Amino acid sequence: MTAMSEIAPGALSGDASKVDLVIRSLRARHGREKRFRFYGILAIGLAVAMVLLLFGSVLKQGLPAFWQATLSLDINLDPEIINIDPQPVQAAGQSPAEYRQQLTAWQRSLSLVNWNQVIEKAIRAELPADVEITARDVNAIVTSGERFTLRDMILKDPSIIGTNVRLNMLASAHVDNWLKGNIDRNLGDAQQQLSPGARELADDLAERGIITQKFNPGLFLNVDSRSSPASSGLAGAFMGSLYMMLIVILLAVPIGVASAIYLEEFAPTNRLTDIIEVNINNLAAVPSIVFGLLGVAVFINWFHLPLSAPLVGGLVLTLMTLPTIIIATRSTLRAIPPSIRQAALGLGASHTQAIFHHVLPLALPGILTATIIGVAQALGETAPLLLIGMNAFVANIPASPVDPATALPVQIYLWQANENYNFFLSRTNAAIIVLLALMLLLNAIAIFLRQRIQRRW
Amino acid sequence: MSDYLLVAILLALMAVGYQIGTSRIRSLVPAGAPIADRPHSRPPYHGLLVALWCAVPALAVIFAFWFFEPFIDRYFVASQLPPEVRALPDAQFADVMRRIQQIASGFGVVGDTQPYENVAATRLRTMETIWSLALIGLVAVAGIVGIFFARNRISPSLRARNEVERAISLLLILCSAVAVLTTVGIVASLLGEAIHFFSFVSPIDFFFGTVWNPAFSSTGSSASGDFGLLPLLAGTLMISIIAIAVALPIGLMTAIYMSEYASPMVRNVAKPIIEILAGIPTIVYGVFALTVAGPAFAAAGAMFGLDIRATSAFTAGAVMGVMIIPFISSLSDDIITQVPRAMRDGSLGLGATRSETIKRVVLPAALPGIVGAFLLAVSRAIGETMIVVLAAGNSPLLRLNPFEPSTSVTVSIVNQLTGDNDFSSPQSLVAFALGLTLFVMTLGLNVVALYIVRRYREQYE
Repeated sequence: MTAMSEIAPGALSGDASKVDLVIRSLRARHGREKRFRFYGILAIGLAVAMVLLLFGSVLKQGLPAFWQATLSLDINLDPEIINIDPQPVQAAGQSPAEYRQQLTAWQRSLSLVNWNQVIEKAIRAELPADVEITARDVNAIVTSGERFTLRDMILKDPSIIGTNVRLNMLASAHVDNWLKGNIDRNLGDAQQQLSPGARELADDLAERGIITQKFNPGLFLNVDSRSSPASSGLAGAFMGSLYMMLIVILLAVPIGVASAIYLEEFAPTNRLTDIIEVNINNLAAVPSIVFGLLGVAVFINWFHLPLSAPLVGGLVLTLMTLPTIIIATRSTLRAIPPSIRQAALGLGASHTQAIFHHVLPLALPGILTATIIGVAQALGETAPLLLIGMNAFVANIPASPVDPATALPVQIYLWQANENYNFFLSRTNAAIIVLLALMLLLNAIAIFLRQRIQRRW
Repeated sequence: MSDYLLVAILLALMAVGYQIGTSRIRSLVPAGAPIADRPHSRPPYHGLLVALWCAVPALAVIFAFWFFEPFIDRYFVASQLPPEVRALPDAQFADVMRRIQQIASGFGVVGDTQPYENVAATRLRTMETIWSLALIGLVAVAGIVGIFFARNRISPSLRARNEVERAISLLLILCSAVAVLTTVGIVASLLGEAIHFFSFVSPIDFFFGTVWNPAFSSTGSSASGDFGLLPLLAGTLMISIIAIAVALPIGLMTAIYMSEYASPMVRNVAKPIIEILAGIPTIVYGVFALTVAGPAFAAAGAMFGLDIRATSAFTAGAVMGVMIIPFISSLSDDIITQVPRAMRDGSLGLGATRSETIKRVVLPAALPGIVGAFLLAVSRAIGETMIVVLAAGNSPLLRLNPFEPSTSVTVSIVNQLTGDNDFSSPQSLVAFALGLTLFVMTLGLNVVALYIVRRYREQYE
């Protein structure tokens, strides 16, 4: 480039003004070149900055939710408060239905025990005798779900009544907000989530080291909870997603790979296969919500499959990921050199043998990558699941694919809409971190397979 | 339990069939036979053929059974009941049948049972036992008959391999039919329910109505409310235009820089990072738009004295644009790299700078492909749901100001189907009419875009 501007003026038939023009225009042109290049760098910088901003904001808001205000308490399971009959035993000749009724009645009596009093006693024991606290304040400190932790412990082993146990109990969501500073401490009483007494008690307990910020495994092990937001967790959503991914892997992969093999290796080139091909390409670009409508109309209205079930979700996601898997598998098959097929055919293998014995094993890493891409796509999908009722509140871990369940992305959708916004903002982002971590893991496996195992031809 | 047993029996029979097939052909032709006497197919194919002959009739029996069993059970049990019970209305009769099933299952019901219930339950129980035994027996018989039939066909001249391969290719064809069936299912279900909707609301009111206000309906099928598509369509269009306005310049410049300027190292680092954006679930963008981007835009607007709402068409569009960047950049990147080297060299050789070459030669040559990528991105933006649900503010009014709340076709589909509306009410059915509109729009864009991209590829191949 510089060589041009150094051309001696006399070399260009002495027309100095023209050369001047060229030199001046050159400067402008080089300026435009620089600016253009700068725009490119700017665009890339913006895109990369968006990635960083997105991850940064999710991590910043989500990470604190993994540590939660927790009370470490010595709890005395006082038989005077926990005053219940022994657990019923199934008598001979009793029908299971009657036994279940009896057992339910016993469990109900166990639930009616004043667990708050047990917890209250434990908290009072930690404080000096002269500190005045009310039962209401104590109840506001510990999240209501911890009553059921105590109940479940007794349910599992009634013989521990009367003994002392050391437990970590989650503080309520309001206490967590207060101690983490998620709510403005200068707000008036009317706008505060906790009463003045409870706020004082929370600060007092935190100062004494009874309430500390501990890693909360309940975020992964508990199910969603309405009454006790502090103990809500992702276990139910995780199982829902797991069932759906299993269904997707079991259905979409065999069907997708089989149709890719047919279309790429067997199908004669005629109008019909042309239609199938155009159709698959279009299906890949159909908005996901349309698959949700298909699920509502066909699986729920027509086949009467249950609402909110991972089975229906899995089927919808299968249909949605099928085109992705077919297209990716086809391009893998296309990349395998024809010489492999020709060599097999030349040695007397049939067409089927050549493909199943020689082409398919070579395509396996690519097929695995295609599978992972499809599964990752299905894992993050939300909209179609909303339509088939998976946004219902579910307080159980689904035991089978036909039980009501939510999924990880749907749980994020539900949590961001929770009215306890201060508390659930970071919990929503924590759920996003879990979802993104799973997807990154899947993609890392795909990249690993692509780089290490796949052969380049 | 008996289902697992059935599967186990079927698998065992198939394994036996495979063994019988292979050993039969081996016994017909000893190992060291001269080449002329060797069988047409290798022994495993004979085994597979016998196993197939075992599985197909057995599976046919199982499916027929699953299909007919409830009807037969119901008929036999109902015939046992006293006439006054049989005369009960359907809902109560279903209750009686459920009680009988619970008694028969051994779980029992709470409270006293009627004598006729016990009789019927005993009957049902015997029936179920007989049925499960009969099914196992029938499956076994069907499988064994299949095995024997196939075994007798085995001879050295049997073209077992060809038959097995025909079965395999049939299976492959069935699998590729699934994708076609999905399309047929989408079109049929959307059309069917949309026609049902149009029996409540005239298509003219739907397609040209300017008011979207579907009143809540829990029961019955009152067509109260306004179902005008235009406000939704306008919202969809505005959000998509904003998204493309964000994504197209950034995506295109990224693609140009990556393919024309970037060193391999920059390319290897930056490209995967940008493609991460494509893999992030849309719900994450939605939450980001709602909690970070929206408030940030509102604060920025307040600084300049503009009234920007946190949830608005602009918030949804801008964040959606970020999501679409990698979509445009990777598609355009592919297309720009396909422009032949010679065209660039020619331009550079005539003294053009690199940016002039790109603007005057490469981009015009790549234009059809880039238009295709652009159309695909538009179809993406139109069909996007979660970002708009969370960040657009859900306000179905015809507005021109992008900083006001808006809505889209997809949002309304979600709203109409996630509420407590009765499914056969127009309030729910309108979702399918909206879905049909969405499907037709995206399909049109996709068909045109894919056609253009395909033509473009062929041009330089």
